[in-house]
Amino acid sequence: MKLKIKKNKLLIDQHDKNFMYGGKFGGNFIPETLKKPIDDLTILFSKLRNNKKFLKERDNYFKNFIGSPTPFIKLENLTDHLGGAQIYAKVVSEANGGAHKIYNATVHCLIAKRARKKYIVGDTGAGYAGKMLSMAAKKFGLKCKIFMGAKDIKRQRPNVEAMKKNGAEIVPVTTGSQTLVDAVSECMRYWVSNCDTTHMCVGSTVGPNIFIKICAWSTAQISRELIKQVLEEFGKIPDNLKLINCVGGGSSAAGFWNEFMDTHAQFIGVEAGGPKKSKLHAAPLTNGSKIGILHGAAQYVIQNKEGQIGSTESISAGLDYPGISPLHCFLKDTKRARYTSASDEEALKAYQLVSKLENISPSLEPSHAFAEAIKLAPKLKSSEIIIVNSCGDSVKDKDIIKLKLGSYIR
Amino acid sequence: MKSKIALAFENCKKEKRPALITYTVAGDNTKNNSLKILNKISKHADILELGFAHNTPIADGGQIQGSSHRALKNGIKLKDVFQIVKKFKKDKPNKPIILMGYFNLIYQKGEDNFLKNCKSSGVDGLIIVDLPYPENKNFANKCKKKSINFIQLLSPTTSKNRMKKIIKDSHDMIYYISMLSTTGGKLKVSPKKILQNYNNIKRINPKKNLVIGFGITDKTISSLKSANGLVVGSMLCKTIANTLKMRQNPVTKLDKVVYNLKKKII
Repeated sequence: MKLKIKKNKLLIDQHDKNFMYGGKFGGNFIPETLKKPIDDLTILFSKLRNNKKFLKERDNYFKNFIGSPTPFIKLENLTDHLGGAQIYAKVVSEANGGAHKIYNATVHCLIAKRARKKYIVGDTGAGYAGKMLSMAAKKFGLKCKIFMGAKDIKRQRPNVEAMKKNGAEIVPVTTGSQTLVDAVSECMRYWVSNCDTTHMCVGSTVGPNIFIKICAWSTAQISRELIKQVLEEFGKIPDNLKLINCVGGGSSAAGFWNEFMDTHAQFIGVEAGGPKKSKLHAAPLTNGSKIGILHGAAQYVIQNKEGQIGSTESISAGLDYPGISPLHCFLKDTKRARYTSASDEEALKAYQLVSKLENISPSLEPSHAFAEAIKLAPKLKSSEIIIVNSCGDSVKDKDIIKLKLGSYIR
Repeated sequence: MKSKIALAFENCKKEKRPALITYTVAGDNTKNNSLKILNKISKHADILELGFAHNTPIADGGQIQGSSHRALKNGIKLKDVFQIVKKFKKDKPNKPIILMGYFNLIYQKGEDNFLKNCKSSGVDGLIIVDLPYPENKNFANKCKKKSINFIQLLSPTTSKNRMKKIIKDSHDMIYYISMLSTTGGKLKVSPKKILQNYNNIKRINPKKNLVIGFGITDKTISSLKSANGLVVGSMLCKTIANTLKMRQNPVTKLDKVVYNLKKKII
């Protein structure tokens, strides 16, 4: 069966009655206890997304709390340096808190308020999802608990400090690899036990279907702004426009591409290739992993023959995840998007070059996307346009960059 | 022909007591020991649940995670799990054994292939934690065709309407999750309240065998003995962990623990 994306229908809504995309990605593989809370949330969200008052509230917070729209800028120096395609950046890291995770966190808090929940819990890898959730929770007066792998707590100190400052309780997860995958599992286990009083925010476009939907619906703000900015700048959507985004769980890419879905813009997703010599990459799409079930959803996932989930290794905690959003699996199989990977070393080099030449300094996650742009641009004509989603700021990676490169520039 | 699971419940009813159902993880702490444990505790338990470990469980508490971790560290594979069942069934063909785990392992093996292995090794039933109703309909039917019990789960969050549908589609045993918790949580609901919920479910179809699990230990088991069956899991996993810490033999220790549990419900 050849998979196809339907036009004029949001990607998040293109699932069947079992909540599967293309008949094989996503779904709700969840314990019975979570069936009802997830059904309730599904019903509530379908009402809210059509509720004018709710949308007005959301837009108000996006504008006044998050600071929409984020800038769209040309990277003149990088473009000159590489000689080829014109390179632009959507500087999502200018959003309040410094990354795209704030959109999902804000929407989840708005929903939690409507659901009359007093507590909100979430997972985090790079610490951005947790930092944003703690910020939004503080803003909305919700008590917040963040699950974070013990390894990530060590390597993402600035974000951990920020979460504490916002009054969130950080629960270190010491099972398994002590990274994002275990944080998500532990957060889900906590929700199983507390779903009557607590709202759960999944930090990316992963997990049971409703969380994928809410997250991508929230980050879609990025492309709502961008498509306007692009039309203003070029008068049309340029031919051969390439939108490059890093993908870990895939939330920023889903939001960056959403409004361009029915246009001719090309989508390139960049996964974490890990250290050059390591086999523990976090690139299930690039490296042809098989479909499996992780955190309640069917997706391409790094696993062994038996179905045990594999470990991954990446310099960027935010991309260090063995699975990938079912939305991206669907985009891959329909060939709407192309996926590739960048190694740790390539991402570090990209961070260095962009930070040196430009006024922005991407974190290690979007540095993977910049690495691909740097590879591609010289091969393209100067009439071609590349836009990179700079969805995080390097300041959170200060420690690790110092360790790897000897010094930190911003 | 009646299933071995159905017969086990009939037998317990005759003796006017609940079925004692144990849960241990295959390969904890070694393949050999987990088989020895099954052999020993089957003298006291009526139905044996055997976990096949997954490294990313979303509904297990610390104790069962620990057991799974030990088993996986020992290199346990599905084929070993089936071997353990086969060897056990050679001596005790009539003791029902239920495999319990997460769907991804079945998905990777292939549903039909997995069921073929269940059949040839003598598995009587399956509990799949992350394959809820109605998504499990297709797989549950496949099980039925092979005369393998697919055990549906109910929880305190399951609506009455949904319960009716699930019970209608259920086989010889239904599992009621006592409280909102991962496995091994402390009983945070009173036994009285649990039995009240239990009786409400029983009223929907009194003929169905309904068992209670989650949070059951030697301290709480006797207060719930009016149920058709009671599952003890985390307490056994914890016992294994403790014996290993104290360099004791987990097999003899589990034998004693399960014997004591049985004494409390007769």
